[in-house]
Amino acid sequence: MTRSVFFRFVVRVMLPVLFIFSLMLMLRGHNEAGGGFIGGLVASSGVILMTLAYGPDEVRQRLKIDFLRLMFFGLLIVILAGLVGLIIEGEFLAAEWWKPVLQGIGQLELGSPLLFDMGVYIIVLSVTSSIVMSMADEGERMDD
Amino acid sequence: MLLAFAITAGMMFACGVYLMLRRSMVRLIIGLLLISYSVNLIIFSMDDPNTRGAPIIDSVEESAMSDPLPQALILTAIVISFGVLAFTLALGYRATQVAGTDNIDTLQSTDRGT
Amino acid sequence: MQILLVLPLILPLLIGCSALIRFRNIRQTVALICLFLNMLVCLLLLVETHLYGVQVVQSGGVIAPYGISLVVDSLTGVMLAISGIIGFAVGIFSAATIAANHQRFAYYPLFGFLMMGINFAFITGDLFTLYVAFEVMLMASFVLLTVGGERSQIEGGLKYVTLNLISSTIFLIAAGLTYAVAGTLNMAHLAAIMAEQPSPGIGTVLAALFLIAFGIKAAMFPLFFWLPASYHTPPIAVTALFGGLLTKVGIYSMWRVLVMIFPQELAYLQPLILVLAALTMIIGVLGAVAQTEFRRLLSFHIISQIGYLLMAIGLLTVDSMTGAVFFMVHVILAKTALFFVSGLAYELEGTYKLKKLGGLSKRAPGLALLFLFAAFSLAGFPPFSGFWGKLLLIRSGLEIGQYVIVAIALAVSLLTTYSMLKIWTEVFWKPLPKQDTELASPHKRLSPLMLAPVGVLVGLIIAIGVFAEPMYQLSEAAAVGVISPVSYIEAVLLPGTGE
Repeated sequence: MTRSVFFRFVVRVMLPVLFIFSLMLMLRGHNEAGGGFIGGLVASSGVILMTLAYGPDEVRQRLKIDFLRLMFFGLLIVILAGLVGLIIEGEFLAAEWWKPVLQGIGQLELGSPLLFDMGVYIIVLSVTSSIVMSMADEGERMDD
Repeated sequence: MLLAFAITAGMMFACGVYLMLRRSMVRLIIGLLLISYSVNLIIFSMDDPNTRGAPIIDSVEESAMSDPLPQALILTAIVISFGVLAFTLALGYRATQVAGTDNIDTLQSTDRGT
Repeated sequence: MQILLVLPLILPLLIGCSALIRFRNIRQTVALICLFLNMLVCLLLLVETHLYGVQVVQSGGVIAPYGISLVVDSLTGVMLAISGIIGFAVGIFSAATIAANHQRFAYYPLFGFLMMGINFAFITGDLFTLYVAFEVMLMASFVLLTVGGERSQIEGGLKYVTLNLISSTIFLIAAGLTYAVAGTLNMAHLAAIMAEQPSPGIGTVLAALFLIAFGIKAAMFPLFFWLPASYHTPPIAVTALFGGLLTKVGIYSMWRVLVMIFPQELAYLQPLILVLAALTMIIGVLGAVAQTEFRRLLSFHIISQIGYLLMAIGLLTVDSMTGAVFFMVHVILAKTALFFVSGLAYELEGTYKLKKLGGLSKRAPGLALLFLFAAFSLAGFPPFSGFWGKLLLIRSGLEIGQYVIVAIALAVSLLTTYSMLKIWTEVFWKPLPKQDTELASPHKRLSPLMLAPVGVLVGLIIAIGVFAEPMYQLSEAAAVGVISPVSYIEAVLLPGTGE
């Protein structure tokens, strides 16, 4: 596996950019191009870069995240987002909005679609990452 | 444009089928991949602006809009085929490991009654 | 009301989420509770639809042809109820038989996803979501099939995955083309549009595409080869669940899509379907007769029984569909029960090979009796459930003068009896043969937890056979609802008038 210094450096610079970009994609997804799926893919591309640069074992050590468990957590969020509409309005998956006005920042628009997107984001990120990590594990074993 | 879509989709499908008929595991998986892409293209070409407009916004005239539904369908189909093919890839890898070869013709033990 | 239709999707998903729980025992308890609740909800839905007509939920509150509708009519109600019962029975059976090393790989969460896919396929009123449901179901079943990673499982899994992926692809093409033709994917809307303005040429192509796509899922001749190659490889509880439910989802989709949406186009295909049904029956049962492995023999029987369900589509009268719904319920129960029996024989003697099994009628007389009831029911002896389903099918075949298929159906019944007798003599009657080597036999006796699911299923088989009238009425309501879907269309497209 290639572990060049340049590559590692670029990855270190790119990672925060990628994660922030992915969050931005997720947040604006309701009205513009983007959304949970795309955001999750961008974030997982960050994890993939990390895996390429440092190897799967070190990534696990640094991130300390069990991606498989995270996936089920995302699924719970998605179910919850569906239930919010069912409980408040009586329609499953109906969109519920909460728009608090914050001093100096402006109006926020929080709602169950955002919650749904967050769940999707987490699921996509964790599924893709865990697939890539387990394949990288196999690759390491072949190298040995 | 529609003709180009049709020809491209057909070519991709044909290539996919050809690859799937080979003996190698890798070709089988790439064949599946190509077929699922060509289906996405087929659905994409289902959009016919002459018969339907987009139902949501009316700021643009109808013929200039594209139908959003096929695009939503493709997005879903891409997500699904992404997941399924990732699994198939892992399965194919395991199969080559277990059988010690990537020749699909050697994987016959479950077809026989013994 | 609303929540009742959504629960069959949420409860299995909760089982999926139980993977977050670290302790295996708690995970199992949560799964079993959810499966039990799922069964109750499904039965409640059946009662509700029978009393008050078609139930509809528009998800997200979006009105009908634009959103995704969840619809429960009589057919869906029957299918949901039976899948709920089977789900709970297999859940209990898994608790008793699935080895700990399989449970480590999140067995119950995957089970939950599979049940969610099955319920979703039954309950959805939208063609594209039906595709999504199929994929959910298949993803979960791929993983369940290959969990454990033995060579035979990987090989079987690869065939299963490849052929089912091709089937999904064809389904997707057909769904896309349907959208291009009709401009909608809502099943009720589609049924209304296709009835008003049939499009003869492309409609027939679509029907044929759907027939192939669902035919692969349902293991129709000549598209069944993935089934006997893969079904006998996973743990027996998984095989029982697959054998009981998965192929039947394919048949259900044929009824829902071909019979309800494309009835006129189907008319061209009917002779073809009758031929395919006959060949499916014959090849399936001949394959079964030739087998010497318990699970493979039963796998071939799945194919043979699919033929009867196809026959109803070929005949396409209210009577034949009534018979088919009745037969569907029966065959799901009987097949699952028989797979359970084969698993219990394995628990006792440590092998699935018919030659090495034996002497079970002395060793486990209760099990032998349960097998006998289930086998007689599968062969179609009165007073068991299989008799009525076959009687209705054959009578409707005679009514419209399709004598050939009737004769074949009867002959296949005879061969079914023969192969069941083969199992009876090999496994139960003949003395246990002397073994060359000591077989691994983990259990000397069967625990009540293992026998209870089989007992309940066989009890249901007998109950349906003896009290056939209520079941007949349910099946007839389901058949009428599919063949003339007026109430279905009204309930979905004109909310307020249906209830």
